[in-house]
Amino acid sequence: MGLKFSKKSDRILRTVLVMAGLGVIGGASTLYYATLPTTLEPGYQPQQPVPYSHKLHAGNMGMDCTYCHTSVLKAAYASIPPTQTCMNCHSKVKEKSLVLEPVRASWASGESVPWVKVHRLPDYVFFNHSAHTNAGVSCVSCHGRIDQMVEVKQVQTLAMSWCLECHRNPAPNLRPTQFVTKLDWKPEGDPVALGREIIAKKGINPPVNCSGCHR
Amino acid sequence: MADLAFDPKAVEQLSPPLVTGQPSLHDVTEAVSIHTELETHRNWYIALAISGSITLLLGSMLAYLVATGVGVWGNNNPVGWGWDITNFVFWIGIGHAGTLISAILFLFRQKWRTSINRFAEAMTLFAVACAGIYPLVHVGRPWRAYWLFPIPNADLAMWQNFRSPLLWDVFAVSTYATVSAMFWYVGLIPDLAIIRDRATTKLRHTIYGIASLGWRGSATHWKNYEKAYMILAGLSTPLVLSVHTIVSFDFAVSIIPGWHTTIFPPYFVAGAIFSGFAMVITLMVIARWVFKVEHLVTMTHLENMNKVILATGTIVGYAYATEFFIAWYSGNEYERFTFINRAMGPYAWAYWSMVSCNVISPQFFWFKKLRTNIPFMFVLSIFVNIGMWFERFVIIATSLHRDYLPASWGYFRPTIVDILTFFGTFGLFITLFVFFTRFLPIIAVSEVKGMMIQTEHEKHYLPATTAGSPESVRAH
Repeated sequence: MGLKFSKKSDRILRTVLVMAGLGVIGGASTLYYATLPTTLEPGYQPQQPVPYSHKLHAGNMGMDCTYCHTSVLKAAYASIPPTQTCMNCHSKVKEKSLVLEPVRASWASGESVPWVKVHRLPDYVFFNHSAHTNAGVSCVSCHGRIDQMVEVKQVQTLAMSWCLECHRNPAPNLRPTQFVTKLDWKPEGDPVALGREIIAKKGINPPVNCSGCHR
Repeated sequence: MADLAFDPKAVEQLSPPLVTGQPSLHDVTEAVSIHTELETHRNWYIALAISGSITLLLGSMLAYLVATGVGVWGNNNPVGWGWDITNFVFWIGIGHAGTLISAILFLFRQKWRTSINRFAEAMTLFAVACAGIYPLVHVGRPWRAYWLFPIPNADLAMWQNFRSPLLWDVFAVSTYATVSAMFWYVGLIPDLAIIRDRATTKLRHTIYGIASLGWRGSATHWKNYEKAYMILAGLSTPLVLSVHTIVSFDFAVSIIPGWHTTIFPPYFVAGAIFSGFAMVITLMVIARWVFKVEHLVTMTHLENMNKVILATGTIVGYAYATEFFIAWYSGNEYERFTFINRAMGPYAWAYWSMVSCNVISPQFFWFKKLRTNIPFMFVLSIFVNIGMWFERFVIIATSLHRDYLPASWGYFRPTIVDILTFFGTFGLFITLFVFFTRFLPIIAVSEVKGMMIQTEHEKHYLPATTAGSPESVRAH
């Protein structure tokens, strides 16, 4: 009747139980590491409604970040430029270009261009751009070499561990405020020594308590 | 030497028989196993359909909550803990009777536990399952709940706050669930083997055969089993006290008037055992009738449990009085305000419901007539659980709704989602029971039989005049 349960079957059961235990631990660890921000986040590169090239505008032509992202030094949000900012130039330059058709349509209708957000923080994190840029953290620290990207791609994990890494040791990521938007800027001497100097001068003390970012 | 021990009638009065009607060992096996073997009764499907639908309601409420956010509950400033924590403490408390019966009464050699321990332990597990839901969804992002455990967190880069009683709670409750489940399962092994050996189909034989982990009933097996059972009873014993102590620390360690009191741990433990035994009575009264095991779960068992309800209910009433005394005696005006507000403020209706159910109602059990009256104890046990739910609600809501700043005073109102979620956990609790009663022996067969044999042997040590008649040894 059914399986015969002799003494031998005890060993089979033990083996199966151990294997099942290992399988559960292995499966859980795999799931855990497969869904970490370090695995999932970097490399996110959504397709934008207009093939706007940061490499062309910010890199080759050397436009400053703040020309479009006007509030990055003053407010929590860096701000996505309105269509009017595009049309400052594109009413005169490449005004017949096919790829710019959605921009002209937006200009005519008054509806925004539906840009896709690349860097998304959880809604329980209160991130302030101006606090970071004024402390001397460059755009490049979080967004990478935007001036070399045709289409913007997320390069950092934006995980809490990544935030804390810099909040616990900000010196390597600090520079004089006037170079914050110069993505290719390199200090002449030791960057850490310079960072320490800035920390001492400005009294920088990044919060590492919960309510620093989660209010 | 007093003749007391030699008078069989006096002996019987002192320790009434725990199994009535003199069944043979085989009769016991038959009585307990048969409900897992008969063809599924129509009523079982009806019960499952009802409780299953309520469980689905719970599932949909939780899905709605996870998809929308914790805001679908009534929790808001200033009452940040509402029905979720009330229900968590309520369900965790229910579980305590099972652990007390299985562990402490075992170590104290209380033979009457054998007929009810399986059932009470199952209740513990199912209650802990219901309780666990609340903190899990209360954290807001349940898929991140593993952050509560101190495992390497590559995405978090920090440790849990080990000074927080909320973290101790994670350890206390998960330990409790693990040990209770192991204890329950170890106790089940010989009984699963009985069902395996009685199996008439291949499938049954295979499933129960695997579940009984190769139990062959050899002397070595029994020796290991007894040892494991004793160790687990030893491990569970401190848990009876520690789990609700730590749950009470969630309140007592904070500095909120009405919470910040040293009486909380013993008061919570007594309340937990009080509510747990009441729940065992509610369920057992139904189960012994449905499954026709009145001769195994006798009036002695029910009466003993009612005595525990009386004792713990009185402790709880004493604790309420002590709280008021200390609020006055301490001279702390915030503490005084909280307690006057508790009894006479906007939540007075809840406070007095609690007092009537928890303090007044168990006092009826001083009367033997009432504590051996089945309809009476059934109704009273339900009152006790209503009262114990109100106790947690009163503690949480009254202390939080009056802040130090009168500008932030408020009043907690549950939303429909709160109500349906709580209702739904009863569905889950009953569904688990419905499955339990269908597939597993609801009484620990081997333990009851062991107890019968032991009682039989003890009779041989009495003088010949009072030793059992030849019939009484027939069961061997």
